[in-house]
Order: sequence, then structure tokens, then C-alpha cells
Amino acid sequence: MDGEMLRDPTRRLFLQTGAALGGGLMMSFSLSSVGHAAGEGTLNAYVRIAPDGGVTIVSKVPEVGQGIKTSLPMLIAEELDVEWSAVTVEQAIADTKVFGRQVAGGSMATTLEYDGLRRVGATGRALLIAAAAARWGVPAETCATEPGFVVHGPSKRRLAYGELAQAASALTPPDPKSLTLKDPKAFRIIGQPHRSGDLDAIVTGQPVYGIDVRVPGMLYATFAKAPTFGARVASVDLAPAKAVAGVKSAFVVEGGTALTGLLPGVAVVADSWWAARKGRNALEIQWADHPTKAQSSAGFAARAAELSKAAPHRTLRSDGDVDAAFKGAAKVVSAAYDYPFIAHANLEPQNCTASFKDGKVEIWAPTQNPEPGRKLVAAALGVAETDITIHLVRVGGGFGRRLMNDYMVEAAMISKLAGAPVKLVWTREDDTQHDFYRPGGWHNFTAGLDAKGDLVGWRDHFVTFGEGEQFATAAGMNATQFPCRAVDNYRLDVSVMPLGAPTGFLRAPANNAFGFVIQCFTDELAVASGQDPVAFRRKLLGEPRLLGDPGQGDSFHTGRMRGVLDLVAEKSGWGRKTSKGTGLGVACHYSHLGYVAVVMEVSVSKGALKIHKVWAAADVGSQIVNPSGAEQQVQGSILDAIGATLHQAITFENGAAVQSSFADHPLLRMTEAPPVEVHFKLSDNRPTGLGEPAYPPAPAALCNAIFAATGKRIRSLPIGDQLA
Amino acid sequence: MAFTLTINGETRSVEVEGDTPLLWVLRDTLGLVGTKFGCGAAQCGACTVHIDGAPVRACITPVRRVGDKKVVTIEGVGKDPVGAKVQDAWKTIDVPQCGYCQAGQIMSATALLTANPKPDDAAIDEAMNGNLCRCATYIRIKAAIKAASGQGA
Repeated sequence: MDGEMLRDPTRRLFLQTGAALGGGLMMSFSLSSVGHAAGEGTLNAYVRIAPDGGVTIVSKVPEVGQGIKTSLPMLIAEELDVEWSAVTVEQAIADTKVFGRQVAGGSMATTLEYDGLRRVGATGRALLIAAAAARWGVPAETCATEPGFVVHGPSKRRLAYGELAQAASALTPPDPKSLTLKDPKAFRIIGQPHRSGDLDAIVTGQPVYGIDVRVPGMLYATFAKAPTFGARVASVDLAPAKAVAGVKSAFVVEGGTALTGLLPGVAVVADSWWAARKGRNALEIQWADHPTKAQSSAGFAARAAELSKAAPHRTLRSDGDVDAAFKGAAKVVSAAYDYPFIAHANLEPQNCTASFKDGKVEIWAPTQNPEPGRKLVAAALGVAETDITIHLVRVGGGFGRRLMNDYMVEAAMISKLAGAPVKLVWTREDDTQHDFYRPGGWHNFTAGLDAKGDLVGWRDHFVTFGEGEQFATAAGMNATQFPCRAVDNYRLDVSVMPLGAPTGFLRAPANNAFGFVIQCFTDELAVASGQDPVAFRRKLLGEPRLLGDPGQGDSFHTGRMRGVLDLVAEKSGWGRKTSKGTGLGVACHYSHLGYVAVVMEVSVSKGALKIHKVWAAADVGSQIVNPSGAEQQVQGSILDAIGATLHQAITFENGAAVQSSFADHPLLRMTEAPPVEVHFKLSDNRPTGLGEPAYPPAPAALCNAIFAATGKRIRSLPIGDQLA
Repeated sequence: MAFTLTINGETRSVEVEGDTPLLWVLRDTLGLVGTKFGCGAAQCGACTVHIDGAPVRACITPVRRVGDKKVVTIEGVGKDPVGAKVQDAWKTIDVPQCGYCQAGQIMSATALLTANPKPDDAAIDEAMNGNLCRCATYIRIKAAIKAASGQGA
């Protein structure tokens, strides 16, 4: 369990918070290496101001569609006190010595940076004030700022930031912790909707993504890997590939055995990607046998059925005595749930551009998490980490897939072996068949209800993947999922089976499945006890209180959940009469420090499902940084979840993924996308992230609505043709 | 083989294999990387361009079939008044999340509004259903199309 807890993004990143805020790390004064205009004053690693008042703000975290390249610079601009229209945002290079954590993951950037980046801005402002005060010969305390200017009230003098920046850059900055930040009531930028600085480039087709990178002398590459994960090349005829017009070289990459590293395969390098792809299609590759070739989804399901019936391998948590509680219960309810593996299916296929030259590597990577990639490249190519430069480029969808850096080490190795800069681009088929999949799982629930319909006992026997006490990546479960700690008798058991397929973090990892199974089974209990699903949840939440220890990522505040549940019930008109074949479903779930409740209204007619509308209420603390981006993240998370719930499953045969494209692993389409009304409940808590927490309640809200409309309980995903 | 193409009003000569999809001629040969690769099988619409005004998936269109027809890409669609209006609406409504699909979405929307200046929901669904958005920005895409067509957001 410890190993899994450490890999849980919420937990892991929580532990880093103290270091990030306490270490003074934010105010490193290394100069950024790019884009300096003449006469600019560099106030710190994040802020440069030109003589004309133009402000460049560096965004440290990769932009993957979560809007962080707008919202983090907004934090700096607010406290620096500049007009947003004067700001140009520049993406940071990957450099933890300067920028600290640079990860787009765990919905943690807002949580970790909200205070620190405001202090970065405030420090810059203090330097500008100090420079003005020195020039005027007045005490700094008598100076103030207006956007872009330092003003001296008593003498009514003012100086533009652009006139002060060079002088300010030579001063010693104050301790960031000594500065007083703005009262949120005075915010002019935070809390107002702001658009991405990349918007113009996106709508006019300018190169901003990893796949758009072009460097001098660059060739294009494809890389064929074994369908059975990790199998080596037994033999290959490279001649047909080399005969394709435009192909420059074709070669075997030995690779290793770790599914998270550089895997064996065959690279084809050409003067265009189309030629590289044609060359790759011409290859005749014999793949060696591999121990995981016997793996199949049918085999997993059969083993899961056996394990579900047998005594569990171990108990992760046991409160009270569930068996005694079930014996004394007025009603005992059991149900088995399962969900499939799914793929991230980023629209921009995995790709990376790399240039190996004279023992140094320069990389342009659409990654969410550059540093582990640096380590992979260093180890595989035998170069020093300090000889690797990683440029962060806009990512055409993250969703957790690009926390992994397999494409990065592939591109670097292919560049080294080809002796030229290369842009590696995967095919859609590569992308679907070599994902780090959201793992499937099976949950066997039993619950006891007393005569009043109150929950008296809850047990889950979770069957998942792993070996011994080690879960496969993203296949573990934290033992404190609600209603844990709200019910006296609670037990979480687990059994595991081995897995030889790559798994990884997909938007709201693990929670994206737990929200489904827990909130659907909770709905079953409401129905079994003859209670309204919202009323049952209110009773289960009880008095507002914190379950667990303060400051822990898995602590759960019943009052915050009650707040969003009440809000979504009000906004959706919960309890109103619906016509026959139409129903409302509700679910609420806590993850990534956010509390989200969702209601959906659906109808089913002759087997055809229509989702009429979705209402969502979220509590992510006291402040929404960018309301435009925040609404998008909630809508996007919910629609993402609906797409997966309706359609998606990756299955395995012969140790390989069966599905290979959007045709058999479909994404949600416009005709299936309902309107999503988003409400935020501000609470007296620190602001936290929004990339993920709206996902987990959505599948359950949908399935519970289908039950309300039809009486049919969905216990296995995807929904597929179950309503036909 | 040599092909002469008309792209965004300019004549461009390329030397490529005839079976090369227009997508890769645009991206790799001409450096017009705004048109995106998503699937290579006309499943996602990320590569949508206009050929003589009609929305076409460039990833399955061999260059030899383009002939002397007029190709417009995301880089050139702003020269068209409808295209410019669509791009403006995309910015006003703040449609993109990751933004990767949006070039294709804008090309499909521009073709729709050129043929049908005031589309209703059903017409929008029909014209846009072939364009996938992994971030699922569909709500704002629809709002932007309505805004661009003067039907309010």
C-alpha cells in the first residue's frame, strides 16, 4: 500500500507542497535563456519588463489544454500590478533548478503555485517600488502602484515600470514571505475570464504544438513496436523499407524490458513522414515470443470471477465489524461492478523532436512531465542529464498520457542512431495500441441497511492488477474513499492478478473508476431503502465535519460535499416530476482536493439514450482563478467521462491491444454532447485544481439517471449496447 | 512527380510521390503545419481543408487527385470573410482547450456557414459531427458557430 500511496498523485504532490512554498525556490534569479529584448529589465526568472512597458511572464508548467499558461501568469500579473493587455506569456524551458516542479499532473499546479507565484509578482512589484523610491529619494513606504506605474502620492509623481525595470533588476529582492499580498477583494485580474495568449496562433494555424516543430536538417521517423508489449525483434527484412523513395535509413532499436522505458522496435527515417510511414509498412518484422503473449481480456475476466468468489488476498482497511453489521442489518444489498481498460486517445498523436549531436541532446517535447524523460534519455543514450535541453511545447491534449516519456526517449535514440535531428510521429494505431492504459477493475460490494434505512456496514472486495503487495500503476485504491469513516463498519479487501500491459494515470486516475462504482452502488442503497438518492446522500454525509486528518490529501469534509450536493440539487430542480422514460441521476465525488456533484437528465426511447442536460457544482476553494478556463475544465471533464462511459474499452488478445483507432475506441461526438451548466461554490479553503475532479462523479450520474429513466442498472462499462 | 497546387491563392510547385496525402504535402513539403494529423483515416476531421470550397479530409486525399482545384487551409481561411468571422467568434467565445482539433473545426464551420449562413442545431450537428474534439469543447464550438452566424451565443 505504501508504494501505491506514494504513486498517488494527490498524496505525492501534497508532500511536496511544503518544500515548494518554504524553500524560497520560486525566486531563483537565474536568467531565462530565451527571448530577451534590448533594454529589458529582468526582475526574476519569471518576469521581464521592456522599456516600452511590455511585460513578459514565464509560465513554468506545460500547457496541455488545462489553461495553465494563462492562469499561472495571471497570478504573477495580479501582484506585479500590470495591465493584462501588456503581458506576453512565454513557456519556460524544462529546468527544475530555476522553476521547481514543472508537471502538468494531479490537478496540482493551482494548489501548489497559488501563493508562491503571487509572491513572485509581489517581489517584482517591490523591486520596482524600491527603484522608484531611490530615484525620487523618498521612502519606499510612501510609494504605491497603479497598473504599470509606481506612484508617489505626496508629490503626485509617477514612473512607468518600463523606465524602472533595469534599475530594479540590479536591486536585492526582499524575502517573498515578508511581503503582503493583495486582499482578494482588490483583485483585477484573478477572478476575471482571460483567454489564452496562444489563441490567435491556434485559430490561424500557426505552429505551436510539438508535432509542428521543425529544426534545420530534420528528418522524419516512424517506430514500429511489437503488438505484444515489450516483445523483441526476432528478425526483420529492412530492404523493402529502404527501397521506398525518400527513406534514408531503417534500423533495429534494441531497447529494454521495462514497459515504461525504451522498448525494442524498428525505426524508419525519411525525408517526409509519409515516406517514413510507407517504409514502416513495408517492413517484414518477426517478433520474438514474449511471456505475456497468453494475456487476454477474457482471461482477466475469468480470473477476476474466481478471485471475487475466493477469500481476498489482503485487507487494506477494516473499521468495526462488517460481518456482524450485515447479520444485524434489516437489509443486505450486494452488487458487482466492473470497468474496462481505456486509452487516453490524445488527438495529437505521441510525437517528439530530438537532435543528438556531439554528446548533447536537444529535445522539443509535448510532455506533461519533462524530468523523468530527461532521466530516461540520459540512461538510454549514455549522456549526462545536464547535456540534455528540453523545450516544452504546447501539448495537443494531455489527460495523463504525457506524464510518460516513451516517445521522448524513442526520438532521442533514433536521432542518435540516424545521425540527424528527427521528428518522431506515431501513427494513430501506434498511439492506441501503445498507451499507458487506465486499468480495468472489478468491485464486489455488500452493504447493510438498518430498519431506518441508514447504512450500517460497507464492504468492497476490489479485484485489480498487481503482484504481492504491489499494485500495477494506477490500479491501486486508497482505502479511505467515502463512505469510509462515515460508516462505523467498513472493510476494503483486495485481490490482485499479474498484468503485462502498460498502465498509467488517466484524468482523475483511479477516482475516474471509483466514482462510478461507489456512487452507483450508493444509488442502489438509496433505492433499496426507499429513499430519494439526494436525501440518502445528505443523511450519509451527516453533520459538517472533517473525516481524516487535517492537511492530508485523503481527508474529506462532509460539509463541503453537502454544499455542492445541495447546490446541484437546487440548480437541476431535483425532485421535480419527469415524463415516462426520462430520469434524473445524481452523484458526488471527492478527488484531487475538489468536491464535485453532478446531476444528469436523460431519456431512453427504444434503446436510444439521450442526455438532455448536465448540471455540475464544484467546490475548489475560495477563488476561481480564470472563470473561462474553469468552466471549460468542468465541462470538458464531464463530457470526457460521458464519452468513456458510453463507448470506450481497450481489450487484449495475444498480449496485445485489440483496438487501434477512433473507429473502435470512439471519442464523444458533438451530437452526443449535452449542455453542461457549471456552478462554483466558493468556500473558505485554499484554491485547488480543476483539471480532474469533475470527471469522477459523471459516469455514476449518467448511469444513475439511466436507472431513474428505465429501471435498468448499469454495472459494467462501457454502456455500449446494453440499453438496446 | 511534380505537382502544381493552388494553396491559399498562391501557386506552389512540389516534387512528391503521387500517393502522398495532401496533409503531408502541406505539413512536411510546404511547411503549412496548421492542418493537423489526428488519425490518417478520416475519422477525426483534424486535417480538414477546403478544396474548391468543400470540406475535405486531407489525410486521405492523395495529392495527385487535387489537380488544379483551389485548396484553402487554416493559414488562408482568414482571407475569406466567413472564415475571418468564424475565427473571430472562436476567439470571442474562447473555444479551445488544447486547441489541436480547432483548425479542422474552423474549416468545417466555415464551409457550413458559407453554404448555410443561419444553420439550426441540426444543421450544425450534421456538419460538425465528423470533427472530434478530445477536450470536448463542443458546447463552445456550437456557441461560436451561432455567434459567427449572427444568431447569438
